[in-house]
Amino acid sequence: MEELNSLFHGFSVILTPMNILLMFVGIILGVLIGVLPGLGGANGVAILLPLTFTMTPVSAIIMLSCIYWGALFGGAITSILFNIPGEPWSVATTFDGYPMAQNGQAGAALTAAFTSSFIGAFVAVVMITFLAPLVARFALKFGPPEFFAVYLLTFCSFVGMGKGSPFKILASMAIGFALAAVGMDTVTGQLRLTFGIPDLMRGFDFLIAVIGLFGIGEILLSMEEGLAFNGKSGKINAKVVLETWKRLPKYWMTSIRSSLIGIWMGITPGGATPASFMSYGLAKKMSKDGAKFGTGKIEGVIAPETAAHAAGTSALLPMLALGIPGSPTAAVLLGGLLIWGLQPGPLLFVEQKDFVWGLIASMYLGNLVGLIVVLTTVPLFASILRIPFSIIAPVIVVICAIGAYTVHNAMLDIWFMMGFGVVGYLFKKLDYPLAPLVLALVLGDKAEDSFRQAMLVSQGEVSIMWSNPLVGGITALALILLLWPLISRVLAKIRPPKKTKFAAEQPVD
Amino acid sequence: MEPNQQSGTELRTGVATYVIEAIVAFCIIIMGAVVLQGSRALGSGWTSDGPGSGYFPFYIGVILCISGAGTLYQALFGKNRNTEVFVDSEQLKRVLSVLLPALVYVLIIQFIGLYVASAFYIALFMIILGKFSRIKSVLTALIVVVLFFFMFEVWFKVPLFKGYFDPLSFLGY
Repeated sequence: MEELNSLFHGFSVILTPMNILLMFVGIILGVLIGVLPGLGGANGVAILLPLTFTMTPVSAIIMLSCIYWGALFGGAITSILFNIPGEPWSVATTFDGYPMAQNGQAGAALTAAFTSSFIGAFVAVVMITFLAPLVARFALKFGPPEFFAVYLLTFCSFVGMGKGSPFKILASMAIGFALAAVGMDTVTGQLRLTFGIPDLMRGFDFLIAVIGLFGIGEILLSMEEGLAFNGKSGKINAKVVLETWKRLPKYWMTSIRSSLIGIWMGITPGGATPASFMSYGLAKKMSKDGAKFGTGKIEGVIAPETAAHAAGTSALLPMLALGIPGSPTAAVLLGGLLIWGLQPGPLLFVEQKDFVWGLIASMYLGNLVGLIVVLTTVPLFASILRIPFSIIAPVIVVICAIGAYTVHNAMLDIWFMMGFGVVGYLFKKLDYPLAPLVLALVLGDKAEDSFRQAMLVSQGEVSIMWSNPLVGGITALALILLLWPLISRVLAKIRPPKKTKFAAEQPVD
Repeated sequence: MEPNQQSGTELRTGVATYVIEAIVAFCIIIMGAVVLQGSRALGSGWTSDGPGSGYFPFYIGVILCISGAGTLYQALFGKNRNTEVFVDSEQLKRVLSVLLPALVYVLIIQFIGLYVASAFYIALFMIILGKFSRIKSVLTALIVVVLFFFMFEVWFKVPLFKGYFDPLSFLGY
């Protein structure tokens, strides 16, 4: 039970009054971000990252991860009360959450959503506690070819598992890689693709891209729809909470199934959004009264929320153990590690025990704090959405500008952010997925480094990617996923596939 | 969402989605070409010690060109070409009413700094687009900016850009 000892050590690291305070601040800021249109987990953490530059890494990661948990909780509030998903992963929650609110069961729906979010996250954290050290220990044996194979697998699985045109996924990913290549070449020190412009020497920071793509892009989209919020009031009192909690154990099967779907989709870079849809779809198919889904069944709230939170949490496992983030938000947290001077990857578990186990312990506590905060303060956050959009929109643009500026104290970055905003708006409207772009921008240099190191080792023989069963297996799996759109087309010709009902409703993340 | 459906019942005029799709795809091809050109200049082949600086970007450029061409083909000649209107004039007006002031705001920041520019931006946005009373708008803008000032400069000690106009410089901020 070495893990349990480490975990208790982690608790002893984080249980200081300052850290607990930061936890509450993080959760409240996170829920705020989750409720506001235009700010989400990824760009919210990106904007607030500079605030943590002066903190110790442990305090910083506690605050940032709590912002993330808060954002995950916050998305449910707007979907249930206003039928507006604050986050893409809470779209599926609107299907049954909003009808419940219309039937006067807003309190029950919110309690169910928050509680199942907590359960999903809890199961995922338990999984991380025991699995992450194992994965890290295993990954310590990895050399450059193995790491490149894992990078390859990450990116190929976007193509294989993504919805929508594979060309668009590839384009989005390649744009990320191209932008990552701009600036100083890490191996030879040459300047690349700067076209003689000195300001481009720094390259494109992915934080700027995240703030622009998700923040400004989202504001432009919301503006186009001409948002007018008219929501149900959400009152939660202790009686409603207890009554709902009494009803929840009946749906234990849904919870377990949704947690497992979430964990799987979170570790592989499927992400929280497809996880929530998949879990909703399965719950609908397997439930006794699946036909009544969409009219306000509590199960239809439990399933997507559990899965989304489980996925959002387990996306941190590959980030911690391998240094490869499973979601844009995990990517931003990884960027934070680099800024605080920590090298993400398997060595983190050996060299930075306080940090890793502090983070894992804070996941347990942060989600508990989050559950308490959201259950007690829902009416407050719901009232934020009643603030007219013409106040919220300029304030969010200002927050984005400040966030972009503070990354490098560079004015040019604010312009880039606006540029990324327009790109984000166009890409969202044309169904280009944004997650591959962000991950490629973060991992571009590392993926290239590991490729070049592998090639140096092998004297330029690509066959090193099949030199042992491990690296060969990962590479082969990656290539299968990359070619999956073609393979599935061939399979469909041989025998017609079963129609999935939810395919049409699934947005690209 | 309701407002969207309302605008859908009226006659929507504007550019069809597949045209925008094709333009974006074309831009991706151009970007790919630029990357190809740049990485060839760096040396995209193998050097004596493995792949050169331009090797990896070269293939990224190739992928960009291929995927751009694929999307372009699907947009123009695909079976289910999307002929829906991309944005109608009403929507475009709303988007530009946020985008253009934001660009002006970024331009102004260069001269008078983040805090002052933000105050002006929020106040003017509320007065002109939100039709709020002047006193309410100015007060809201001031409260937001003062809150940010305390959050960044005082509590978390992250200095922001202040431009040529720094009324609080005598306090050491």
